[in-house]
Amino acid sequence: MTDATLPTPSGPLTTADGRPLKAALAASLAVRRRRALMLVAPLFLFILISFIVPIGQMLFKSIYNDGFSKNAPALVQWFDEHPKGSEIDESAYAALRSDLILMREQKTAGEAGTRINYDISGTRSLFTGAARKAEKLEPPYKEAFIALDKDWGNPNVWRALRSAANPFTIDFYLAANDMTRDETGAITAVPKDQQVYKKLMGRTLMLSIEITALCLLLGFPIAHLLATLPMRKAMLLMIFVLLPFWTSLLVRTTSWMVLLQSQGVLNDVFVWLGVIGEDGRIQMIYNEMGTIIAMTHILLPFTILPLYSVMKTIPPSYVRAARSLGATSWTAFRRVYLPQTLPGVGAGGLLVFILAMGYYITPALVGGADGQMISNMIAFHMQKSLNWSLAAALAAQLLVVVLIFFWIYDKLVGIDKMKLG
Amino acid sequence: MTAVPTDEGFVVFDHVQKSYDGETLVVKDLNLSIAKGEFLTMLGPSGSGKTTCLMMLAGFETATNGRILLDGTNINEMPPHKRGIGMVFQNYALFPHMTVGENLAFPLEVRGMGKAEREAKVMRALDMVQMGKFANRRPAQLSGGQQQRIALARALVFDPSLVLMDEPLGALDKQLREHMQFEIKHLHETLGITVVYVTHDQGEALTMSDRVAVFNDGRIQQLAPPDELYERPKNSFVAQFIGENNKLPGTVEELDDEKCLVRLETGEMIDATPVNIRHKGQQTLVSIRPERVEFKPEMMPPGAHMIEAEVLEVIYMGDIFRTRMRVAGTTDFVMKSRNTIGQTKLKPGERLKIGWHPADARALDPM
Repeated sequence: MTDATLPTPSGPLTTADGRPLKAALAASLAVRRRRALMLVAPLFLFILISFIVPIGQMLFKSIYNDGFSKNAPALVQWFDEHPKGSEIDESAYAALRSDLILMREQKTAGEAGTRINYDISGTRSLFTGAARKAEKLEPPYKEAFIALDKDWGNPNVWRALRSAANPFTIDFYLAANDMTRDETGAITAVPKDQQVYKKLMGRTLMLSIEITALCLLLGFPIAHLLATLPMRKAMLLMIFVLLPFWTSLLVRTTSWMVLLQSQGVLNDVFVWLGVIGEDGRIQMIYNEMGTIIAMTHILLPFTILPLYSVMKTIPPSYVRAARSLGATSWTAFRRVYLPQTLPGVGAGGLLVFILAMGYYITPALVGGADGQMISNMIAFHMQKSLNWSLAAALAAQLLVVVLIFFWIYDKLVGIDKMKLG
Repeated sequence: MTAVPTDEGFVVFDHVQKSYDGETLVVKDLNLSIAKGEFLTMLGPSGSGKTTCLMMLAGFETATNGRILLDGTNINEMPPHKRGIGMVFQNYALFPHMTVGENLAFPLEVRGMGKAEREAKVMRALDMVQMGKFANRRPAQLSGGQQQRIALARALVFDPSLVLMDEPLGALDKQLREHMQFEIKHLHETLGITVVYVTHDQGEALTMSDRVAVFNDGRIQQLAPPDELYERPKNSFVAQFIGENNKLPGTVEELDDEKCLVRLETGEMIDATPVNIRHKGQQTLVSIRPERVEFKPEMMPPGAHMIEAEVLEVIYMGDIFRTRMRVAGTTDFVMKSRNTIGQTKLKPGERLKIGWHPADARALDPM
């Protein structure tokens, strides 16, 4: 300790030559800090480019779709000048005609129609059909358009056009929650028989919770065994635990198909043992059960590893102390051992839950009709229906659910207590 | 090796053997009986079997052969929680997710004690170790010494008649360790409990114990009160393990019941007390405590042999001088002399004659 650090009677601390101590400290550490920053800069950049930017774009896409607005400038202007509730008059149809002519030139009628089609299905052809004939239409355009297709007089179509004129919209979130707008623009639920997403989200949540619970239940004893076995045996067991990681996901999933299908190994064994009859073969795959079994198997290591790493740090003397103090082995486990494994249970459970929520390949392969999850629907909208905005809205909603669980976990256990390895 | 007979065999190890792998014995034929109210220390280097003995007594290991009796009942098959033995662990093993108070209440709770009675007992136990104000703290918020006190209080709170301590002071610094030694000793005396204490620190063993069992290689090498252990070690291992010791190898030349004459390797003759010498001409290792070595002829008994020594190094240690000398070919012969007024100051290079009382030189087995 030198006199440089002695406090002056008043004011902040200074160094021997009179500089503020904090400034001097910052200056002396600046070089080291810059060097550290340079080391992490590539990773930071990589995360920014490959993770944060795409996620941001995805979230943006869920509320922004300019498929119609950028291809219909005249209509956008007309909607701007005429507030909601205005009569759709001749000038609107004139704007529609000029936009359709433009779309024909630029071959964008399909794109604009697709955007409206998201709102009211079956309207894509309305655009492609009208674009071809727009140039030949004679005024009055209103009657001409309605004569072409009476849907052009449908107020709901015009409601959809007005809505799509603004590229920013929450309609995709409405769709993701099985909701839509009626002719006046008020939010209503879609007919019962067309509702899919809410049910699917609920099922995804239920399946994920079930799979997480199963993983914890099965993983806990294995992790405990791993943590207490002598080194050599523990290493061998660890290889068995990690073996699935070294095998292709597809191979593992298809091997479950071989085992579980109604003409598969397990059913054959049951029939051979006489447990079930030839006609009583159990359907264990291509349904929820198949999804649960295969996903539990695949995600099991993700609970075992965090649990193992936490259990490894719990000295056996805790349980011994509890036993010597008069606790039965069950009480010692429940009161002393289990509470100390909670950071591992939380970390493993949360990890598996998050992975399960977004799992795609396994439910697609073994889920059948009622073992599908929300991610399969997202993939469908990404690849088949090409409604990326709806896919983005579903994905964003999935993200929110995961974040809510994160928040609950933080409230119950505390994120700082999480231990992954 | 037989145990010192006691009027009461509160804890008895009866021909106990323990093997972990079926090939080697960690504990070889242990016979030991501990009296009620006794403070017995198991002392030995690591791997000597002392901790295994403690674990067998606590019930965490089973004896491969033999019986362990507690108050007359065979406890070989009794699970740990039914034994009612208090135990203090090396790393304290305080439950980190419970407060100090909850830690102490744990043994009372599992015994089904009511809340009011529980709280009273917890407070009494905390006061006993001067930690009354800390009931609501977490173990992680306490210092090592405080954790040690809590661990002690937890092991005593349910009034066990036997308390086991497995190197409980190993993690503390020297000063705190010495302070805690006295406190544990004091608790033992006021509560009248039986304590079995495991340590590898010989100073600790000597300060605290009624009797010390020195373990090596799975056997008790000597079981004796501290003074006897220090002054009359039975074999070379004990002599070497307890305290500092000078060793002079040689051959027994003359032997009678109380005295023998040993010829050192350099030809000099010294007097010694035979301990485990059976016949003349036997190889031996004579052990002499550094503080029993004298260099002033007037302090020697008449007729005692004296030998040549050369001072190599004098270290001033405050209360004593530690003088390293060349004696009979060895260069690590140490003499300790008290720093009294008028003490002769020796200098390196000085040549002198040293000697000792024949009773202090013990001719032991060559190791």
